[in-house]
Amino acid sequence: MATKVLVGKLSDIDVKSSRKLKVQNIDIALFHLSDGSVLALENKCPHKGGLLSEGMVCGGKVHCPLHDWKIDLHSGKVQEPDEGCVTTFETEVDQQSGDIYITI
Amino acid sequence: MGEKEKLILIGNGMAGVRTIEHLLKLAPDKYEITIIGEEPHPNYNRIMLSSVLAGGANMQDIIVNDWDWYKDNGIQLVTGQKVTKLDTKLCTVTTHTGAQYQYDRVILATGSNPFMLPIPGADKEGVIAFRDIRDCETMMETSKTYKKAAVIGGGLLGLEAARGLLHLGMEATVIHINDYLMERQLDEPAARMLQRELESQGMKFLLNKQSASITGRGRVKALQFADGSELKTDLIVMAVGIRPNTELAKSSGIEVNRGVVVNDYMETSVANVYAVGECAEHRGIAYGLVAPLYEQGAVLAKRLAGVETAGYAGSVTSTKLKVSGVDVFSAGNFTETASTKALRIQDDLGGTYKKIVIENGKLVGAVLFGDTTDGTELFSLIKKGENVEGREKELLLGISLDQLGGGNPLAKYEAMPDDEIVCGCNGVSKATIVEAIQTKDCNSVASIKACTKASGSCGGCKPIVEGLLKVYAGDAAAEPVKEGICGCTTLTRDEIVAEIQRMRLLTVKEVMNVLGWNEPEGCSKCRPSLNYYIGMLFPEEYVDEKESRITNERFHANIQKDGTFSVVPRVYGGVTTPSDLKKIAEVAEKFEVPMVKFTGGQRLDLLGVKKEDLPKIWEELDMPSGHAYGKTLRTVKTCVGSTFCRFGTQDSISMGIRMEKAFERLNTPAKVKLAVSGCPRNCAEATIKDLGVVAIDGGWEIHIAGNGGVKVRATDLLCVVKTEDEVMEWSSAFLQLYREHAVWNERTSQWIERVGLDFIKKALENKEDRLALKQRIEKTLSLTNDPWKEIIENKELRKNFEQLTGLEPATK
Repeated sequence: MATKVLVGKLSDIDVKSSRKLKVQNIDIALFHLSDGSVLALENKCPHKGGLLSEGMVCGGKVHCPLHDWKIDLHSGKVQEPDEGCVTTFETEVDQQSGDIYITI
Repeated sequence: MGEKEKLILIGNGMAGVRTIEHLLKLAPDKYEITIIGEEPHPNYNRIMLSSVLAGGANMQDIIVNDWDWYKDNGIQLVTGQKVTKLDTKLCTVTTHTGAQYQYDRVILATGSNPFMLPIPGADKEGVIAFRDIRDCETMMETSKTYKKAAVIGGGLLGLEAARGLLHLGMEATVIHINDYLMERQLDEPAARMLQRELESQGMKFLLNKQSASITGRGRVKALQFADGSELKTDLIVMAVGIRPNTELAKSSGIEVNRGVVVNDYMETSVANVYAVGECAEHRGIAYGLVAPLYEQGAVLAKRLAGVETAGYAGSVTSTKLKVSGVDVFSAGNFTETASTKALRIQDDLGGTYKKIVIENGKLVGAVLFGDTTDGTELFSLIKKGENVEGREKELLLGISLDQLGGGNPLAKYEAMPDDEIVCGCNGVSKATIVEAIQTKDCNSVASIKACTKASGSCGGCKPIVEGLLKVYAGDAAAEPVKEGICGCTTLTRDEIVAEIQRMRLLTVKEVMNVLGWNEPEGCSKCRPSLNYYIGMLFPEEYVDEKESRITNERFHANIQKDGTFSVVPRVYGGVTTPSDLKKIAEVAEKFEVPMVKFTGGQRLDLLGVKKEDLPKIWEELDMPSGHAYGKTLRTVKTCVGSTFCRFGTQDSISMGIRMEKAFERLNTPAKVKLAVSGCPRNCAEATIKDLGVVAIDGGWEIHIAGNGGVKVRATDLLCVVKTEDEVMEWSSAFLQLYREHAVWNERTSQWIERVGLDFIKKALENKEDRLALKQRIEKTLSLTNDPWKEIIENKELRKNFEQLTGLEPATK
């Protein structure tokens, strides 16, 4: 069953940056995009398991720090010419309190 | 429509799966496909096994079709099962477990087996082949506990194996029965040059040796030769050749010679049974290289799809071998006979050799060593078989090959058949490249590479890709396509820097907006470059943007493959103190650092540190960052010099420390390594550094733009000066010139190849210019701070190192 969890505040994550966390033993990377949204991915590149939380965030995509694979933060889809997919998790930001929730 | 026909592929290797891939494109719904393979892996690129050994690739990298590919294409994949029976009357295939499959058509792609010399002792532990993933694993495992390895066979495969073993840290001796190496691909002069080169890399050779027996109790101890001599060894790799694997075909009553005999349509002697790849013998030849196998696969795929096709007419093969900087190429019939004439150039100074072989006015073979750039052109001339009379010398000298075709130099690209493999490494055909150009808007070699992977591995086919681009990109490539610094812009580095300067653009975002980036937030290539350029141009005004820094520079530590980091504190000139060493040791113990290692730059590396621990470790160390992670000054390596050394002519340690203290924290286009040697014996290896200073009696030589990494480059001598102050003046000026002119991520060694030594000498010859450069670098340096300290003291920065906590389950 899906669980919704409060994981932190918007101010915890710098814009165009990411923080990592563990929920129910899943390593997750939370990204704070320039448009204010927060997106969550499993923190593991399908290529060699690189930590996506340490990568560079460009628009709606993150570049894996190990071999520069580019992954779409909305869909989790690896961009061409590489192939693969990363699990995404639903997120929600309370605009007033800045609380970030994630659904696992 | 009736039911789908059942197609079974026996053998899950490169040639067979390639055929299926092709077939799926031509007739996706015609067959219900089952693939049965013996190895427990999906299809992988066997040619890349040597890269796995050499450490450049891992298993994942060499998988061509992953598990999902089979699933997505509705293919039933059976791995780990050996087909033991093929009944061509009942049309069934049976595996060793007894599983039985019915077929309408079946393809034999059983490949080949390594040929093991049947000498006494060949069954001992530690005697292996070099053929599959398991062999590679054995080699890696062996290298952990044993030292000596022997490779029997001095052919392509044997040398690749030996090279891999050297990389694994073993001593590798190659035993060859002939008196020179690779006789199937090279002639004697080229083979001798290759041998010399490989010897300089540490490989040993025993030529003219016939292996007689292997001794040792249980495990191999020594290899004995027919002449009575012996070689002590802990591992023997047999790489004497391969044999088509025809066992199954033979027991099924299919005609077999050396390989499974096929006609021009890859049909065997029995109806509805086909063979492709290394197990097949076509017109008397069983091929062992990739390109012919792919060509066969293309013909078979068309045949199976019911598409009309010309038959397979055999292949002229070429070999391109690259081991650590040694380029070797050969094609066609390069052995001279009574009816051939050869032309050759040998340059022992430059280490190059070229031979072309002419028969009846046609180019029939070629051997290249050292420089193989003409290989693709020569190979295509050999395949075309056109008359080259009167132009032989031009061919030898490599002049105006394009004009040799007469008239339109691009005609050959048009004439090239669609299914011809252009990129042998990745199996990309002309048709795939043309499709990428015409339907996927690829208008540069880079975009073709991104889309198809053509020219992405060895790069040897790049000239052909360029040629195809010219022919098929039409208007888009009528003018040379301008390539920007990355896919986000068409502007070059110089244009961008000029605009930033002219308009005083002070943020990365502003640059992208004003200069019309097509990706609003850029990519991992342009963002860090812009961040560097703006900071270089306006050191006082620009606020460094950490989000546009590469990972290592953002966290001021080197990210490792498992997501941990490494910490290298600054050790000026490689000189430390007992108390600093104690401190490092205590910190390493306290934080249970998994590995402490000396770096090549005379300092200590704490490896395997968790990100959360980084600021704590820095705090306890209380030492400046060694910047071992960034595009910045790394180390200044020094030798002992006149302080202790009996040969030292100058105090290299003081000089080095002075330089390191002056230039530490400097942002540069790419990493910069320095060294100072106290005498011309040059123990600090200053002549392969970005900036190297070598003491001579009464002065210092300043060397620039060396590199000991990817491509070794010895430095060029910039000047000779008398005093330490002059060393500082010239070094400062050189480094600032590099900062102002190089492309981001361009090492000094690449930069100098682009702009030339003369440009640098000219820019630095006037004292005024040097002092102006020096002033600018000093300004920049005066604005830098130790990054570790900044992070320790700033909570906002420090939080990024911690994992988010405060987890609270909200509503269910």
